Amino acid sequence: MTLFAFMLRRTLAAAPMVVLMIVVNFLLLKAVPGDLVDVMAGESGIATVEQMADLRARFGLDRSALDQFQAYLSQLLRFDLGFSFRYSRPIADLVLERLPATALLVTVAVLAAVAVGVAAGVLAGRRPGGRFDRTVSVLSSLIFAMPSFWIGLVGIVLFAVHLRWLPIGGYATVGAPGAGWPHAVDVAAHLVLPAATLGLGYAALYARVTRAAVIETSRLDFVRTARAKGISETRVTLRHILRNALLPVVTLSGLKLGSMLGGAVVVETVFSWPGLGRLAFEAVADRDVNLLLSLFLCNSLLVIVMGILVDVSYAALDLRIEVTS
Amino acid sequence: MKANNPLIVVRDLSIAFAGAKAVDGLSFTVAAGEVTALVGESGSGKTVSGLSIAGLAPPEARITGRVTLAGADILGRTPRERRLAGHPAVSMVFQDPQAALNPVLTIGEQIVEAVRADGRTGARAAAARALELLDLVRIPEPGRRFSEYPHRLSGGMRQRVVIALALAASPVALVADEPTTALDVTIQAQILQLLIRLKDELGMALLLITHDLGVVAEAADRVLLMRDGRLLEDRGVRDFFDGPRHPYGRALLAARPGRRTRRGPRPRLADTSAPCLIGGEGSGAC
Repeated sequence: MTLFAFMLRRTLAAAPMVVLMIVVNFLLLKAVPGDLVDVMAGESGIATVEQMADLRARFGLDRSALDQFQAYLSQLLRFDLGFSFRYSRPIADLVLERLPATALLVTVAVLAAVAVGVAAGVLAGRRPGGRFDRTVSVLSSLIFAMPSFWIGLVGIVLFAVHLRWLPIGGYATVGAPGAGWPHAVDVAAHLVLPAATLGLGYAALYARVTRAAVIETSRLDFVRTARAKGISETRVTLRHILRNALLPVVTLSGLKLGSMLGGAVVVETVFSWPGLGRLAFEAVADRDVNLLLSLFLCNSLLVIVMGILVDVSYAALDLRIEVTS
Repeated sequence: MKANNPLIVVRDLSIAFAGAKAVDGLSFTVAAGEVTALVGESGSGKTVSGLSIAGLAPPEARITGRVTLAGADILGRTPRERRLAGHPAVSMVFQDPQAALNPVLTIGEQIVEAVRADGRTGARAAAARALELLDLVRIPEPGRRFSEYPHRLSGGMRQRVVIALALAASPVALVADEPTTALDVTIQAQILQLLIRLKDELGMALLLITHDLGVVAEAADRVLLMRDGRLLEDRGVRDFFDGPRHPYGRALLAARPGRRTRRGPRPRLADTSAPCLIGGEGSGAC
């Protein structure tokens, strides 16, 4: 079976799941008390009952839930994500506008977390019980125990307020050049704290998983065979132990990447990062159901895509696993 | 076979794990061109003795004593340290060929790595040498096997690959730890013969670790009998089978299947009638 056929098959198998997610997401959001009109009326402070009824009629919020669901479905079938009355813009535009910032944040966070976590896990797993292993173990426990918004706030206080090494928040300095190298450096400086905050917990997790996998793999016979060849310990570790220990790490990274948007909601809010996470946070506060439905859908699709990619990367890492039905 | 100059000399070898002695004062010699069988039951210390001679004992093992290879002290040195010190190689053939090969690397990649461990051989020369080694261990179609992964090979083929890996360092001695135990009976004889032929062709010493007295009778020139970490007997193979001096050796020989017991010969499988399993009696299937 070719790779393409495998991916097609997996995509088709995911279709019922997507439908189920659409239904559940819709029911979930309809169960939340309050709607966009309540929020808008509260903000303006002078809305009458008639005005609110008028707004609900204009937004389609006066129709029955079933009617609304039908309308939502027929929209989706036309690949139309709908319209956000809060922003008075098509949702597809909003999502596409915010997507690059989140993609940048999540990608950098994941890559850094995998690099740091795997390196720490390998070094710790090579000498279980050693000084480095104990340090990693204590640090990862600490990181697990700290909520990411708190890590972010401490990072801001320490690196942005006291030391003044890094900007407090935002995507780029206001009024700075919007293109070229200075812009890239500016964005990178703004990216350091949010990406570190988002990635730290994952790095701790990858370090733990890698450590366990390295210890487990080190005991296998083929590692002794590799050592018998008279090659260096570095080569034994990288080529024989790590290569075999990576499978669980890949599983975890792939699945976690799909769920990183959840973490991005917190981090983007703390650092005023203009991405999908903050959009989602604001959409919840605004009861912007149309927008939230689309964000949920995007996130669900991301999780499914990551699952398929993880399966494909297995086959690349371990040739015993073939992409067949 | 005459006892020529010993290649490997083991003197007073003791190995302990967390205080428990696995090997206690082991002394013997292995001569080039000879098959020396190290015999004993599980836990007798034969495998860990072989591992420490090959430089592959686990790091937590506390090893004392002296092992020399052609006069050079090699005990406690890893294969890499021995190579860097310029000592000739003692290679190991492992018990379980399935576990001894890295599942995610091709046969070729693994042998080439072993060949190139000397740091002098180029990629192309190493590939040629790897094919040569596959040919030497009688693997059919070495060119095709070269790019295959271990799981595509049969158990016997895998053990041939493990032997090829062991030969990559051009060793002067092979330590074979139960090389046939994990294999089908029909394959066992082939692998044993291959090892003996390679020993003759390459002039190596072969230390054959086994608990199978059939293998010993077929292959060994000398027998070292171990129990509880001590050496009980060190005899020529004919002497050993004619009448071991130690009571444990005598008990071991008497325990072999196919011997006469006090009640007369054991019933042989071929003499017993098979129960009728298919179709029941009278169906004509029996």
